Amino acid sequence: MPRHPLRKSLSLLFLLILFAIGSLGVSLMTGSVSIPAAQLWQLLWHDDGSVQYRIIHELRLPRTLSAFGVGGVLALAGVLMQALLRNPLADPYILGVSGGAAVAVLGAMLLGLPLAWHAPMAFAGALASILLLFALAQQGNWNTSRLLLTGVVLAAGWSALISFVLSLSPPMQLPGMLFWLMGDLGDALTPSLPLAVLLIGLVISLWLSPALNLALLGSQRAAALGVEIRRLHIYIYVLASLLTAAAVSIAGAIGFIGLIAPHMLRLLAGSDHRILVPGAVLIGAGLLVLADTAARTLIAPMQLPVGVLTALFGVPVFLLLLHKSYGERT
Amino acid sequence: MNRNLLQVDGLALSIGNTRITKHLDLCIEEGSCWGILGPNGAGKTTLLHTLAGLYPADSGHIRYAGRKLDAYSPKELAGVRGVLFQTEPSGFPGTLFETVLAGRHPHLGILGWETPEDLQQAARMIRLTGLEGLESRNTQTLSGGERQRMEIATLLTQQPRLALLDEPSNHLDPGQQIVMLQLLQKHFASTGHALLMVLHDCSLAIRFCDHLLLLKGDGQYLAGSAQKLATPENLSWLYQHPVSLQQADGNTCLHFQ
Repeated sequence: MPRHPLRKSLSLLFLLILFAIGSLGVSLMTGSVSIPAAQLWQLLWHDDGSVQYRIIHELRLPRTLSAFGVGGVLALAGVLMQALLRNPLADPYILGVSGGAAVAVLGAMLLGLPLAWHAPMAFAGALASILLLFALAQQGNWNTSRLLLTGVVLAAGWSALISFVLSLSPPMQLPGMLFWLMGDLGDALTPSLPLAVLLIGLVISLWLSPALNLALLGSQRAAALGVEIRRLHIYIYVLASLLTAAAVSIAGAIGFIGLIAPHMLRLLAGSDHRILVPGAVLIGAGLLVLADTAARTLIAPMQLPVGVLTALFGVPVFLLLLHKSYGERT
Repeated sequence: MNRNLLQVDGLALSIGNTRITKHLDLCIEEGSCWGILGPNGAGKTTLLHTLAGLYPADSGHIRYAGRKLDAYSPKELAGVRGVLFQTEPSGFPGTLFETVLAGRHPHLGILGWETPEDLQQAARMIRLTGLEGLESRNTQTLSGGERQRMEIATLLTQQPRLALLDEPSNHLDPGQQIVMLQLLQKHFASTGHALLMVLHDCSLAIRFCDHLLLLKGDGQYLAGSAQKLATPENLSWLYQHPVSLQQADGNTCLHFQ
């Protein structure tokens, strides 16, 4: 009697939940005032009027939960774009989707549009970037390297536009814009938005999981096995753009979480989206929480933009992946 | 009484400026095994994809079991017809068992979760295609022949009524070609389902198919029983190359001069 292939992955999912909870704990305990675990538990539920209570509830908890939400959202966007492009190297940052969203938000800042405009502008920029990527790469029979190259060139184009906008911006605004661009969670103190986006994205992605599994086999194969592939692609376009836009408008352009988290999970448990989706979200969320903890403590009292840390960690991992995937083909 | 699994009326099909068929009529009955033969670039694969509902025709009607193609939802259609594509390796790690199990997708319930019966069906087809022991292998590390047999196992797991196959003997050694075609024939033609396969090897087509579709590539075609159509004249006309047929041990062999 064959066992269901996902059975052995359930214990892995349990371990990942522990990892994610552990990362939250580490983040809440660490900082200019370190708080031991026992005290943390007390402080989470009881207001004793102390400074520590205010540190936890007004600073660390909102920021940590924001990092958790944004990390999960980025990992989910990575999983979706990898299924859409059928390429494990796809990621909203590398393919210029984050860049498109960032240009739109910077443009809004430059024009002095109110803050409420930032998220819709980010969504429009992200969607435009994905559509542009496909329009440019889809002529004829598109393949892995062509899509990736097109995305990389698009990203370079967006970053040129970003430099252009920055050069036009008043000097007063520049430091804030730069910090936000590099990816920063310092101002992300309303965790309910990223957490809500994460929850909605997670539910929809889990519902799409069986179709996503078939999409990995190729559009024609998926269609032959009964997937409405065009509709699925539209869902992924919109959902991946929304997720990227949410992450960018909250925390700027944070790279490589969308690449590393799904890849780690594929190494551990294969490519079945019913495990990949929740697993990658847990890894991505945990990783960004830890990276942000490091970003605000490494050179304290100064803070690093968290995007710098994820990139420093992500670039070697990406190169390793690229090296490995080309090694396998030849 | 025979029922028509697939009926094609007046199908016109082209890619770009190339006409594949002008007015193709075809009728595939339950229990039959059809072979499509034709020169390179005649449009055999495109015709197969069109019949599967994956590529649009210019005009004409395609009916499965008496019902028009566009009246089926993709999932319903996947319960009626299955397609074996020419293989390409996947960029993602996944096990052979998971890939074969994907064939059950059209039969899954609303939650998309496989039942023990689905798992058993996949395991059985892996056994029949001689892939036992490779269940947990990463598909990226399979050889060409193993991957082709995995695709056949996936199609058998899908259990469609009409199997459309694009060169099922590709990547297989001569012995495996015979074993796999016998397996396909046993599972589809002999059980009242049907097979339609693009083949490059005319000897295999004559040996396994009871009906042939000879696709010339300029809009002309011949369709009918293999006995009537498999003549040296027809095959010479089809490939624009002199062909003679020889009988050996009850099998027909072709000789291309």
